[in-house]
Amino acid sequence: MALATIRPDAWNFPLLLHVGGAMLLVGSLALGAMAMLLSWRNGEAALVRLGYRALLFLALPSYIVMRVGAEWIISKEYPGNSPDVTWLNLGYPIADGGGFLLLVAIILTAIAIRRRTRADAGTSGLALGRGAGALASIATVAYLVASWAMATKPT
Amino acid sequence: MSEYDWLLFLHLLAAFAAVATVVIFSAFAFGWTRDRRVLTLASVLWAIGGLGTIGFGIWLAIYLDAYKITDGWIIAAIVLWAVATETGRRAEAGYRTAATAAGTDATVAAGDSAVATASGDASAATASGAELWQWLRSLAILALLVVMIYKPGA
Repeated sequence: MALATIRPDAWNFPLLLHVGGAMLLVGSLALGAMAMLLSWRNGEAALVRLGYRALLFLALPSYIVMRVGAEWIISKEYPGNSPDVTWLNLGYPIADGGGFLLLVAIILTAIAIRRRTRADAGTSGLALGRGAGALASIATVAYLVASWAMATKPT
Repeated sequence: MSEYDWLLFLHLLAAFAAVATVVIFSAFAFGWTRDRRVLTLASVLWAIGGLGTIGFGIWLAIYLDAYKITDGWIIAAIVLWAVATETGRRAEAGYRTAATAAGTDATVAAGDSAVATASGDASAATASGAELWQWLRSLAILALLVVMIYKPGA
C-alpha cells in the first residue's frame, strides 16, 4: 500500500495544461512519425503531407502548451527559486531538445513535400522525409522517457 | 522504482497511447487521410492504451489507501472511459467503411460514373457520421483527463 500525493488546488489547471499538452504532443509526434515511416519506401506524397500537417498544426501548438504549462507549474511548486532536482534536470533538456528536433523535422517535411509533389519527383525528397520520420520517432521516445521522469520523480 | 511508481508510469504511458489514438483519428476527421494502415495502427494503439489505462487505473485505485474504487471521481472516470471506447468503436467502423467505399470509388470510377458517384456519396455520409463519434470521443477523453487531474471529491 502507498499514500497518494495530494497537491494544492491552484496547481491543477497548470498541470492540466502541461499534461494535456504533453499527451497531445506525443500523439502528434507519433502520427507524424508513423506517416513518415509508412512513406519510407516510396515517399508517398499523401503520407508525407499527413506527416507535415501533424507536426506543424498539431505537434507545434501542443509543444507550446506543454512548455507554458511546465513553466507555470514549476513557478507554483518552486516559487522564487530554480530547483535542482533530478527529474527536472532530465525534463528540461528533453523538452528543449525535443522541441529542436520537432522544428528540424517540420522544415525537412516542408521541403520533402515540395519535392514529392512534383510530377517528376523520382527519389527527390525521399531522404528528407526519412530523416524527418527518424527525428520525430526519436523525439517521441525522448518525451516518453521524460514522462517516466515526471511520473516517478527519480532522485 | 517502487510498485507505485511502476503502476503510475504504466498508467500514464497507456494514457499517452489512448490520446495518440484520438490525435490520429482527428486526422481522419480533418480529412487529412483515409489510409487504412494508419487506421489500423490507431486501433492497435487504442487496444493498448484503452486496456492499459483502465487496467492500471483500477490497480492503482486498489493499491492506494487514499482512494477506493467506489469513489465518485473514479466511477466517473470509468464511465467516461466506457463512453470513449464505444464512441471510438463507432468512429472506427465509420472510417473503415468510408475507406472501403473510397477504394471502391477508385475501382469503378473508370467504368461506371453513376455507381462511382453513389459510392462517393455513401463514403462522405459515413465519414461525416464517424466525425461526430470522433469528436464525442475527444470530449470524453478531455473530460477524463480533467477528472484525473482535479479528482473531484477526493
